[in-house]
Amino acid sequence: MNTPILEMKNITKTFPGVKALSEVSFSVAKGEIHCLVGENGAGKSTLMKVLSGVYPHGVYTGDILFDGKVQQFRGIADSEKAGIAIIYQELALVPEMTVFENILLGNEIRKGLSIDWNKTIQRATEMLKKVRLDVNPTTKIRDLSVGRQQLVEIAKALSKEVKLLILDEPTAALNEDDCENLLELLRHLRKEGVTCILISHKLKEVIKVADTVTVLRDGQTICTLDARTGEVSENILIKHMVGREIDNIYPERKERKIGEVVLEARNWNAYDPKLGRTLLKDVSFTLKKGEIVGFAGLMGSGRTELAKSIFGNPDGYEISGELYFKNGEMHFRQPRDAIDAGIAYATEDRKGNGLILIQDVKQNITLANLNAIAKRGTIDNNAEVKVATEYRDALSIKTPSIEQKVVNLSGGNQQKVSVAKWLFVKPEVLILDEPTRGIDVGAKYEIYSIMNKLVEQGMSIIMISSELSEVLGMSDRVYIVSSGKITGELPIAEATQEKIMQLATS
Amino acid sequence: MTIRDLQKAARQNVRDYGMYIALVVIMAIFTFTTNGVFISSRNIANLLNQTGYIAVLAVGMTFVIVIRHIDLSVGFLAGFLGAIAAIAMASWHLPVYLVLPLVLVLGIIAGLITAYPVARLGIPSFVASLAGWLIYRGALILVTSKTGTIIISDKLFNDIGNGNIPDLLASEVFLPGLHKLTLLLGAIAIVLFVFGQIRGRKSKQAYNFEVLPADMFVLKLVLLSIVMGLITWVLAGYNGLSWTVVIVLVIVGAYDYIAGQTVLGRHIYAVGGNPEAAELSGISVKKITYIVFGSMGFLTALSGVLFTSRLQSATPTAGTLFELDAIAAAYIGGVSAAGGVGKITGSLLGAIVYMSLMNGMNLLGTDISLQYVIRGLVLVGAVVFDVTTRRTKR
Repeated sequence: MNTPILEMKNITKTFPGVKALSEVSFSVAKGEIHCLVGENGAGKSTLMKVLSGVYPHGVYTGDILFDGKVQQFRGIADSEKAGIAIIYQELALVPEMTVFENILLGNEIRKGLSIDWNKTIQRATEMLKKVRLDVNPTTKIRDLSVGRQQLVEIAKALSKEVKLLILDEPTAALNEDDCENLLELLRHLRKEGVTCILISHKLKEVIKVADTVTVLRDGQTICTLDARTGEVSENILIKHMVGREIDNIYPERKERKIGEVVLEARNWNAYDPKLGRTLLKDVSFTLKKGEIVGFAGLMGSGRTELAKSIFGNPDGYEISGELYFKNGEMHFRQPRDAIDAGIAYATEDRKGNGLILIQDVKQNITLANLNAIAKRGTIDNNAEVKVATEYRDALSIKTPSIEQKVVNLSGGNQQKVSVAKWLFVKPEVLILDEPTRGIDVGAKYEIYSIMNKLVEQGMSIIMISSELSEVLGMSDRVYIVSSGKITGELPIAEATQEKIMQLATS
Repeated sequence: MTIRDLQKAARQNVRDYGMYIALVVIMAIFTFTTNGVFISSRNIANLLNQTGYIAVLAVGMTFVIVIRHIDLSVGFLAGFLGAIAAIAMASWHLPVYLVLPLVLVLGIIAGLITAYPVARLGIPSFVASLAGWLIYRGALILVTSKTGTIIISDKLFNDIGNGNIPDLLASEVFLPGLHKLTLLLGAIAIVLFVFGQIRGRKSKQAYNFEVLPADMFVLKLVLLSIVMGLITWVLAGYNGLSWTVVIVLVIVGAYDYIAGQTVLGRHIYAVGGNPEAAELSGISVKKITYIVFGSMGFLTALSGVLFTSRLQSATPTAGTLFELDAIAAAYIGGVSAAGGVGKITGSLLGAIVYMSLMNGMNLLGTDISLQYVIRGLVLVGAVVFDVTTRRTKR
């Protein structure tokens, strides 16, 4: 094993009332790809914030050795200077600026008082080559796909002569192609001598790309495994992560009682006048009572737009086609109409447009159906508490109190709040958009179990997912969406990862 | 109760009660420096009447800022609608009971007009209401250009800003010189407050929610009751409750109820907290925008009536800078510019703090230039305090 570039020794970090990290030791060898895995709340992000100086020296105990020196970072600027760069899931790019401006943002090449634009573009082009991204450096960031934006972010890090690159959930928002591309780039950078720490929930890719894997659980280092021997498997990782063995990632459904068609779209088209783009073309599908239908496809293929266009069309697309719900044709003019009819939509972006983070658990749960707990416009506080408690217990939402602000909950529990909110409107059709994105294995299992219970009770679920194994594990039937069209429909017995990928990229 | 308990409770509640403490400190300082003139019944009554028209605007502005907007047009709109009221009485000879609803309805319409480009076309409210600022300023000058200042002779109208509630229990024997109805109303308010608090605490305990420890709770009740009692006593010592204070209390009570207890209030705060999530939860952001700006227009009209009635005349400069005073009061009262956060009672308190400063400095004869500087410092200090205490609480 090479000499370590980074050693974190006995790091302990406490928050009021919680020990987030307890005596964590973490060592990264020079030139390796080191994956850090663990459930949400295991302490991965806290550890990285200690490393990058977000939590400055003095608020934690323990030592950081980087590049042979004891480091006492007082802020991000210090750690960047030492050669550490972190790329978060939420990208830190300025959408209205060009690629080259972004790459050298905060690191501008000067000529006297002004910026030397020629040198800047030249340098940015070099960096783009390094990350093998073939775009014009004068393109604006907002015109790039998420996958490409991620690469720009890496290029930006590389321009700062980074020695240690930390990627926090980089592939969570990427489709399979972009993921593969990113992992390939990491392998390439390894050859160039860049050390990389990768935080990921996607265990398959961890196994694919990692040299070493460290597992954190409850703020402690559980183990560090050598992944090059080929002995590390998903099951082993999961066992370490949750501290018990999960035999099955997808819970068994007790009975499948699939009934009549409840929701049907025929020749459904949507056009976005703001972007001037056709989003959906001639989409037709059916959903039956008691069925989970998976909508697979790449990011940006139009699945979310399909869900929104059905769910009262809040973004103001121009729509044509027919929508039938419970035997009648429907024209929903706003989300309220769809909700009242019995359709619910839990969004893919919990924090962005799903929950109201600054409000508490109970307020979020009751938000979509306040009239059910109100008399003549006045909210019955007792009824609200009763409802919220009921759903907290039913979905086992882990929160100190239903008066806790949602922003303080873990990703998995936020997702459960979002599901609870939609269950409270008592829908017949529930659309779940990426229901398990960014949440840990244990919480995923719980969400799947909830879904199974709901369809057993006669609800119908549309599950939009970019995770193929999830689509295959949970659905009764799969539609594949590509470029705004449905390119295939497979009963679950015939669906395979290969077939779906093929249709999704056609 | 140990000192440590007190310290802990103080730390946890400094944010909620910081503004009360600030108000008490400000009042104490002015009382001391003016040799007691500040705290005299006459001056407190005067101060509260002055606060009226700003407090009413600040209440409306709270919802506007909560849904992430701003309304700059309210100052001159208040002035303009006040002038309309004056003209309606002086030139058109309309009776007061027609003029008031007319002006209030006009206010609502003006609010909806401001809301239209904001809700419908997504134009920033800063721009839309800045246009309103210009337009209403022009309109105000236009309607007062012929006559200049319009004097109002209607006694009923002028009583709104200057009169007091009649003392139905007047007696020469029992507590002479005090306004008995005011005392009675104050006593009722204290009793209702105490019982309301106890009931709220009990129902929270029933659900095992966090509540103040019993001794702290009693201390809080006693302190706030004393404050309410003092205010009542001071007001009763002059002419009793003024109509302005009654109107402000009714408005604050109604809006506080809407904010905390109703579906509409929840929708408003949801739109402020996350408009997209609110929309996808079946709440029409457009509708809420219209309602909030409409209510702002209504309160602007009320503010115009209060101010015009107080001056007993409409002037071409009425309402100048009211909008900024109201916005400052709301921010001092803890409304967050990021949206979704802000209490109605906080804004009322903000308005009282802000007007106390003006009133106290006027009593001291502080130079107007220095007054502006101090008001600016207080505004920035209050917001810094708010932001920093919010952060540590997470």
